[in-house]
Order: sequence, then structure tokens, then C-alpha cells
Amino acid sequence: MNFIAKGVFGALMFSAMASTALAETTLTIATVNNGDMIRMQGLTEDFTSKNPDIKLEWVTLEENVLREKVTTDIATKGGQFDVLTIGTYEVPIWGKKGWLVPLTMVDDPADLLPAIAGGLTVDGKLMAAPFYGESSMVMYRTDLVDATGMKMPDAPTWKDIKEIAAKITDRDKEIYGVCLRGKAGWGENMAFLTATSNSFGARWFDENWKPQFDQPEWKDTLNFYLDLMKESGPPGASSNGFNENLALFNSGKCGMWIDATVAASFVTNPKDSQVADKVGFALAPDNGLGKRGNWLWAWSLAIPAGTQKEEAAQKFIGWATSKAYTELVASKEGWANVPPGTRTSLYANPEYQKVPFAKMTLDSINSADPTKPTVKPVPYVGVQFVAIPEFAGIATTTGQIFSAALAGEKTADEALAEAQDVATREMTKAGYIK
Amino acid sequence: MATQQTRALGRIAVAPSVIALFLWMIVPLSMTIWFSFLRYNLLDPNPACSLLTPGQLLDEANRCFAGTTNYYYFLTDPAFFKAMRNSLMLVGWVIAISVIGGTLLALLLDQAIYGRNIVRLMIIAPFFVMPTVSALVWKNMMMHPVQGFLAWITKSLGLGAIDWFAHYPMTAIVIMVSWQWLPFATLIILTALQSFDEEQKEAAQMDGTPPLSFFWYMILPHLARPITVVILIETIFLLNVFAEIYVSGSGGRAGNLPYLVYQYGLLSNDIGGASAGGIVAVVLANIVAFFLMRMIGKNLEG
Amino acid sequence: MARAVSPRRRMIFTVLAWSIAFVIFFPVLWTVLTSFKTEGEAIHLPPKFIFFDWTLENYAVVQERSNYLKFAMNSVFLALGSTFFALVIAIPAAWAMAFAPGKYTKDILMWMLSTKMMPPVGALIPLYLIFRDLGLLDTRGGIIAVLMLLNLPIIIWMLYTYFKEIPGEILEASRMDGASVGKELLYVLAPMAVPGIASTVLLNIILAWNEAFWTLSLTTKDAAPLTQFIASYSSPEGLFWAKLSAASTMAIAPILVLGWFAQKQLVRGLTFGAVK
Repeated sequence: MNFIAKGVFGALMFSAMASTALAETTLTIATVNNGDMIRMQGLTEDFTSKNPDIKLEWVTLEENVLREKVTTDIATKGGQFDVLTIGTYEVPIWGKKGWLVPLTMVDDPADLLPAIAGGLTVDGKLMAAPFYGESSMVMYRTDLVDATGMKMPDAPTWKDIKEIAAKITDRDKEIYGVCLRGKAGWGENMAFLTATSNSFGARWFDENWKPQFDQPEWKDTLNFYLDLMKESGPPGASSNGFNENLALFNSGKCGMWIDATVAASFVTNPKDSQVADKVGFALAPDNGLGKRGNWLWAWSLAIPAGTQKEEAAQKFIGWATSKAYTELVASKEGWANVPPGTRTSLYANPEYQKVPFAKMTLDSINSADPTKPTVKPVPYVGVQFVAIPEFAGIATTTGQIFSAALAGEKTADEALAEAQDVATREMTKAGYIK
Repeated sequence: MATQQTRALGRIAVAPSVIALFLWMIVPLSMTIWFSFLRYNLLDPNPACSLLTPGQLLDEANRCFAGTTNYYYFLTDPAFFKAMRNSLMLVGWVIAISVIGGTLLALLLDQAIYGRNIVRLMIIAPFFVMPTVSALVWKNMMMHPVQGFLAWITKSLGLGAIDWFAHYPMTAIVIMVSWQWLPFATLIILTALQSFDEEQKEAAQMDGTPPLSFFWYMILPHLARPITVVILIETIFLLNVFAEIYVSGSGGRAGNLPYLVYQYGLLSNDIGGASAGGIVAVVLANIVAFFLMRMIGKNLEG
Repeated sequence: MARAVSPRRRMIFTVLAWSIAFVIFFPVLWTVLTSFKTEGEAIHLPPKFIFFDWTLENYAVVQERSNYLKFAMNSVFLALGSTFFALVIAIPAAWAMAFAPGKYTKDILMWMLSTKMMPPVGALIPLYLIFRDLGLLDTRGGIIAVLMLLNLPIIIWMLYTYFKEIPGEILEASRMDGASVGKELLYVLAPMAVPGIASTVLLNIILAWNEAFWTLSLTTKDAAPLTQFIASYSSPEGLFWAKLSAASTMAIAPILVLGWFAQKQLVRGLTFGAVK
């Protein structure tokens, strides 16, 4: 035993020495493995040359792994990270818990898009700085829509989408009218369905936290989604998430795709996309009820309370979310690759306005309101999520149920009844429903 | 004198391992049991606790006693029975496939064939592949309904693409996991076969013993112990299969008990519930192990 | 020795065995091939087997994005470290159980295996808290201890079955000659046990290398092994099949090569003494 203790101790000392031998401050940054974040890792020299005493260490992980690791660490005060990449779901919950440090060195906070900044502000203080923001919108193949003789309005209704999709679909040629998320997950199909349900007048919970899956609005939402996918969706849609649909769209198999606005830069990039020059954009559809079916999300940088390196972390976040960083990316990689969706000034920039999806992205973001997401009143914030700790678990389960419905294993009514049961059970267990 | 000394020495020699494993077991286990009786949500505010006066709360993490609530909700969760069934199905199928497939494959490899060593190398490869990588490869490269290799094969045969993880998630998981464990079984059984007395084989051939009864009465009994080892080791590892289900995203319908515990703990942040689930899973696993030992343990004696 | 086998029969079996082996090996082969394609060719249908533009671009991209060597070195360090410490305490235990079995030896062995029954995720938060309080988060020492304890039951078991095969009379004889226990271990037992220990070492290295749950949960950067490396490639945005293949190949190649070189030894050990 002693021997192991010594061995473990020795190994410990070794690694402890390795990390303290450096005089400079080392920031450990937890981040997600998407394009904009990885681009930033390549550009950090600009920051470190201005701040030679700060060294950056990246921990890049897939989204779900990242969320679990970061949540475990911050909740147990493990202190493994100095800068966190988190989404609009976490910020309100963590901010309220006092787990995040208010940001002080954000470049021109008044310039941040109000819809985005609103979701990241707790008690009037900005708790996380948006690195990029997204909403969702319709991306469609101009050539296929033209061939049907119809026109895609800039602000379509769900009825328009259904009609156009049916006309485009040509199963023999493997062209499908519309590609939508079907893969189970609270950030996959549930993000889409929750946002869509808003436009059908549905809500997750009423003012007393009673789940609403047994209401007609959710029934309409789910039936419409299932019909649409049955009529015009690709085969195996129930396992398609963002990536799968992106691959389908880029290989020319989708007539329309309703998904994150950040996808626009992928589908218009000739290197990745076979249809880069034939893509048009429109707002997410509505049903004439005053809410559109688009979501709002921002990957944001935040500082966990309790870090020893707050000042360096503030400096870094200031740099990464600044206008200067945007210009740096533009000069190196072109305007189409700058992180979108965070600043008013970016959309006022004439250079950026030339990017084909700029205007539609801005309009989409501006039309989402996380504080009033639904037609009827709700006790929660969040457009495609409900910012309570229990949501991820409940939505994961309901996502599985709705995904099974899309796969044809359940009817819409069975799926809704099951979802209502699950949600009621969890909300009772957590103490929301007495 | 000598024996007593040896006994005492023996105890000293065993002690470090036993103590280390005991601590490894008892410390997390007792904490888990403690948590299983608490309302403990990582991302409070927890409304049920917030209703209490501050004095009744255990600490600043907003934990409070829950009695047996966590067990009640875990055991009455419809997902619990599904998970238990999936756990057993996964273990059962993979063991069946790897033992039967492994025996057949080992019999084939025991024949005089050209390039046996290369064949062995190819067959053992999956055993070395990280479960996370294996899941990624199967999900994206093989079973993907559009880009996957299997989709291309079935489409070329005019069958259309099969969306494995959407329509047959359990089958897909069983295939993936069997792929990793079949080599293990094959090679163990093959080693055992090769140790089988060559002369006995020849004698049987000369006697004109029909191959089937030779296999049944001579070879199979010889394989009883290696097969027992395969079943025992695989059960231990298969009861805790997690990476394959997690990475392939098929936890919804093919999720087993470890996955359900994960869903409670890391997705819902309900540490109390996850702890209760963990305890339930340990108890169940030990029951399975107990019966397993009853059934096949005697093969290990001697 | 050689049985009379008709060439035709031999041919049929050869073709059959090769076909099955090829099918089993195919996913690995396909991943390696894809790692040399461009992203466009990776999703090209019909698939291209050999005749594509071979490129190392994916490896360059992966290396640029993440420091492969750092992760790989941690994997090596953790695998070897945990194996070493496990052996240090497992060999005496297995030796004692094999040569001086007590009334409860069998029960202790079974109990040891049963410590592997807890679903790791159920113990995550307790262990995370313990690690935090001991300052072991993201340290190689901490992970080595966990991996060691995780695989210790299997190691003791394997060694135990091995040692039991060693005839007791040899030990008796050496004792008669007045050899001390230390000498007995060093000169008599060790040479006979080396093959068993070697295969135990191999198996443990493989298990430690491939362990994903704890290595992913308890490390962040300093001690992060290849499981963490692969977690940053699992589902990024955009086309990723070729890059994923390259990262996968890099993660499994070292252990695959080691396994191939040592497979005979390994397989013998895996039989847990069930084959004489």
C-alpha cells in the first residue's frame, strides 16, 4: 500500500510540478468542437502576442461530452476550467446560482444584439459573452423551387412549406422536399419541435408548470410534422440530426432544410457543397399566430466563480468576442467565416452585407424572443428549451418518444400521451407540481 | 511451522490488494448510498428543497432528505423495465453470438488452411479497438443510412438502405458489441481446440466416428472450461456496456441500466436518482453474477 | 502428424476462413482507407476502395487541431503506470492465493470480480468529489490509481490461474534446499511465471488504453489520453468522415500494432488457465 501511495504521490508531484513551473498564467478553456471555435484556436497568436504572460490551453470536446464535463465540474466546484463555453440554456440557471462571474471587459456591450444579450443577462448583469449566435431559418434550393413554378416567400407559412415540399419531392431521383431533424435529443429534434410548437401556439408548461402535451396545439404540431415528413421527408429521417441533414443537403438531396442559421455558411461554401450556388434563404415558417418557428441559441464564453485567474479570463473573453476579433477573422478567412449573430455593427458593415445569408440571419435572430417565446403565457424563459435544470432530462426522453413516432413505431396520439406522462412524472418528482 | 509462516506471509501478501479494492468499493459505494436518500440536483434550484426552511436543508448545495423517493421513482419508471430488459438482451445475445459463432469459427480455423496466421491477425483486430472508436466507426462508416458502407451494399442489392440505429437499434448495438467480443471468444476456443490431443482426433477419424458425434462427445466437453471463462468475463464487461450506446446515440430505445443511470445523473442532473439507480444496478448485477456462478461455476473448479 | 487433407477441402476452408476474417476486419480496414481520402471522396458513392487520390491531408488537419503526441503519451503513461502498480500488488496476492489458499480464497476472488459490477456513472459524482478534495483531478497519478483498481480483479484472477499451474513440488524442493521466500520468488517462481505475467501485462495495457468513461470524466488537459482526443472529433459540424477516420486510426493504431505483435502470448493468457 505504501508503495502505491508513494508511486501515486510521485506521479502527482510530477504533474503538479509540470503545471506550476510556468510563471505565466495558464488559462484552461473548455470549448465545443465546431468550426468557429476551432478557427479561433488557430488565431490565438494575436491574443498571446499582446498578452505574453497568458498562455492558453484548449480542451475541445464534442457538445454533449463538454456539457456533462463542465456541468459536473462547476456544480462540484472542481475548478478545472477558467473559461467555459456554454449555451443560452445554462447561463440563466448558472447565473442565478452565482456560479458565474459578471463580465467586465466585454467590448462595447451596447453593440450586442438585444435578443442575444437578453438571454445571457441575469439580474441586469452580463454573465456570458456571445461568441456566435444563431437562430433557425429555411434554406432552400432555388433551382428546385423554380422548377415547381412556385415561389418561396421571404416569410413563408407552414402551409407554403408543405405545398412546395410535396411538389419538389421526387423519390425516384432521391430528391426529398424537406429535411428536418428527427434524431432524438433535447438539442436535436426537440429544439426543432419546441421552436415549431411555438408557432402552432403550443407551450411546454402552463403557468402552474403543468405539462401541455395533452393540449390540441401540441397535437397539431406533431401531426403536421409527421405528415410533412411522411409526404416529403427523406428515408430514415428519425436518425437525422444537424450533421446528417447537412450532408444530405450538400449532396443535393433536399429541396428545403429548416435548421440553424450557421449552416448557411456551410451550404454556400463550394468546397463542401455541391449546391453552393443554388441556395436561397427565408424566415422560419409561421401559422399566422404571431410567433415563428425559429429558435435562438448562442455559444457564449463565461468565467466560473472561484477561478484564481479571473483577470486573465476577462481579458481573453474581451478579446474573443470583440469587434477586432471579427475583423481579424475577416482579414484571414473572409467575411463569410466570421462568427455570426452577435453584434449589430457586423450587420451594419457593408462588407458583411454582401454575404448572401447575412440579412436573413439577422432578421431571424431579431424575431425570436426568449423571454416571451410562446403565444400563451409561460413561467419560463427559452425559445427551444425551458431554462430549468430538469428540462434536459425530460426533453431527452420526449425526444426519444417523438423520434420513435417519426420512425413509425408509435402514433402521434400515443407519443403525446407518453410524453405527457413522462413530463408530469418528472415535474412531480422535482417538486414543481404538488 | 513452515505452513504457519507461509499462511501469515500469505495474508500479508493478499492484504494490499484486498484493502485497496475494499476502499475502492466501500468509499464510493457508501457515498452513493448516502446520496441515494437525498434530493440532490446538480443544477439547483430544486423546488422541492426550496420549499423547506433553510434550517432543514443539509448544506448550501440545497440538498435535503428525500427518504426513499429516489428509489420509488427509479423503480416505478417505465424506462427501468425497458433498461433491464435491454441489459439482459444485450448480454444474452452477445454471449450467444460470440460463443456459438466463436466455436464455429474456431473449428474452421483449426482446419488446415492457408495463411492461418494472417487470418488470426485479421480476426483479433476488433478486440483492440477502443469502444468509443468502434461505436463511431460503426455508426458513421458502416451503418449510416446514407454514407454507410452497409447502406451501399443493401442499396446495390436493391433492398434499399436500412437505417440501423433508427429501426433496429438493439440489433445494431448487438452487432457492434458482438464484433468486439466474437474475436475474444474465437481465439480462446481456438487455443483450447489446438491443445486437443491430435492423436485422439486421428483415432476418431480412423474409427470412423461421425464428425458430429465426435464434436458432441469429445470436443465440446473439452471446451466447457474455456467457454465458461468466456461467459464469465463477457458478462462482467457486457453488463456495463456504455460507450457504444452513448456514442451511437441509441440510448433511447436500446439503453441499458448503465445508460439509464447516466440519463438520470448527467442528463437530468439528478444525482439522488442516479445514485439510487446505481445501487439498484449493483444489486441486480450481483444477483445475475450469483446465478451465473451457480450455473457454470463448477466448470471452473479443479 | 499431418492429417491427409484433400486439397479441395483445404481450398474450400481457406476461402471460407479468409472471407469471414475479411468481413470481421473490414470496418477497421475501411476506416484506415477512408482516412487517406478527401472529404468528398469519403462520402462518394459508389465507394472507392483503392483508386482514389491518396492524401495525408486529414492527418495534417487532425495534428494541427490537437496535439496528438501529448494525448498518446498520456495514454502510454497511464496504461504502463496502471499496469505496473497493479502488478506490484497483484503478484504477491495471486501468489499467496495460489500456493497458500485459505478457506475464503475462492470467495475473495469472486468478491474482487464483483467490484466491477457497479455502473461507473453511478459512482461518478462521489469519485469526482473525492478527487477534487485530494487534488487528483486531471492528474496522471489519480487516473493511474483508478485504472489500476478497475483492472486489479482481472489481473489477480489471471495471475492466480497461472500460478496454480505451477507444480507445488518444485517449491517444496526449493524450500528443502533452504531457499528463503524471497529467493523462492525470484529464482523459482519468477521464471516459470513470466509468460503468465507477460500476457496479464498485455491484457491490462489494452484494457487501460481503451477505458473511456473514467479517463474522459476525470481528466481535462494535463492527463488527458486518446479517449479525450477522439471525443473532440465525434460529431462536429460539416463533413467529417475522413477526419474522423484519421483520428480513429491514430487512436487505435498503437494498441493494434502492439496487440498484433503479441497476440499469441495474449490469447494464451486470456484463457485464464482454462486451457492446459
